[in-house]
Amino acid sequence: MEPIIQINQVHKHFGHIHALRGVSLDIFKGEVVVVIGPSGSGKSTLLRCINRLEEFDKGSIMVDGIPLDSAENINAVRTEVGMVFQQFNLFPHLSVLENITLAQTVVRKRNLVDAKKNGMKLLEKVGIPDKAQAYPLQLSGGQQQRVAIARALAMNPKIMLFDEPTSALDPEMIQEVLDVMLALAQEGMTMVVVSHEMGFARAAANRAILMDEGQIVEEAPPKVLFTDPKNERTKLFLSKVLM
Amino acid sequence: MQSSQANKNKKNYYFDRWWLLLFAVIIIILLLIYFKPDPFRRILFFVSDGISVTIYTTLVSFILVLVFGLLAGLGRISKNRILNGAATIYVELVRGIPLLVQLMFWYFAFPSVIQGIGKLLSIQSLSNYRANPILMAIIGLTFCYAAYMSEVYRAGIQSISKGQMEAARSLGMNYFQAMRFVILPQAIRIILPPVGNEFITLLKDSSLVSVVAVADITRRGREFMAANFIPVQTWLMVALLYLVLTLFSARIVTWIERKTKLER
Repeated sequence: MEPIIQINQVHKHFGHIHALRGVSLDIFKGEVVVVIGPSGSGKSTLLRCINRLEEFDKGSIMVDGIPLDSAENINAVRTEVGMVFQQFNLFPHLSVLENITLAQTVVRKRNLVDAKKNGMKLLEKVGIPDKAQAYPLQLSGGQQQRVAIARALAMNPKIMLFDEPTSALDPEMIQEVLDVMLALAQEGMTMVVVSHEMGFARAAANRAILMDEGQIVEEAPPKVLFTDPKNERTKLFLSKVLM
Repeated sequence: MQSSQANKNKKNYYFDRWWLLLFAVIIIILLLIYFKPDPFRRILFFVSDGISVTIYTTLVSFILVLVFGLLAGLGRISKNRILNGAATIYVELVRGIPLLVQLMFWYFAFPSVIQGIGKLLSIQSLSNYRANPILMAIIGLTFCYAAYMSEVYRAGIQSISKGQMEAARSLGMNYFQAMRFVILPQAIRIILPPVGNEFITLLKDSSLVSVVAVADITRRGREFMAANFIPVQTWLMVALLYLVLTLFSARIVTWIERKTKLER
């Protein structure tokens, strides 16, 4: 079977900083991959390269058979790849439901009635249909992030990217977001998740990847990576995180 | 929930007490006309056709300023070096020349340049070119104010967090869709106060067009004074008329600001 995401020898520089140093990674349909690593290790940059929010200097990325090279292809890939951000990035001037219907009508060209129906279905799925008419700034962080997930799902993506989805949340709100992600994983969504939530990784992920200094240091099933790491850098990192 | 309900009520019942200032000025004008019809009534009748000229010139210019200012502002934040360079040169040059000088150029110099070109190429229609005062005034005001406005737009757009553009793009929107539906609706709320300020400044600066043969309030005032030699009463009435227009505009801006406030 052909991988749905093929990352091949990708390099990325920010000025003098070599953020990605020849990263290669294949991800298959239905897989859930968790990426961990110290800050500045390039894990978010790698994630952002997959839907080309970040341009890369060398190498290639194919998503669902489409190479990320032309502007048309990039937009085509972006409609297939949903992204959830650390800071939620909901549109504060639109109601929750409008947040979810906007791209459906503008990009997918659905009519508003269908878009709303779909939006309400997704709000039910993430557990906050009663907030449809509220505005993002009236919601808690956990609710906002769940809306953000619903907004991404409304485009019927084949792949979901999560960039530290729980890092900006108060501790008591983390679980409600992880629950939604877990349900999504169980439905067979292909997911790439940058997160240090070990519980989620153990429960949902097929693979965990440790990145450091722009490279993939080690990859293994999460149970193996967390309990019996082979690489010294993995051991060092885990000893700091698991304390 | 409760507090948001309270906010909503506050929003509905809120009365902007600065309307009273506007009413006060209108009442002063009415009193002057009633108790001193000569000369105030005469002045008002004489300059009244200038009021519509001032309003027309200001409104048309401002609508054009909103459009061209946005284009120049987008140019200023563009990564395309040609667009960016052209927009930057435009803004820097126009900001550096007094508006009065620019208006003089458009009305007096520009037609001569066109006529010169017409003669050089022996094109009859160009060499007989005559400038239309109001058209040239509108071009001059727009050309100048669009440069200022572009900076307001630029500041507003840049104040929206980068994550908004990224979220819009990650949903598959192209740059213009993201601008149109996500960035600008937020930026416009932020820049409303400075945009309102630009409008009021433009309204006042429109008095400069009186030197390029446009019969606005100021020019009509000058004409009245030249015939009657009563400077105090004439310029008092002109000043009060401008105050009515500017105070009214300020209230409208405040009203729009309150209507478009983000729900939180």
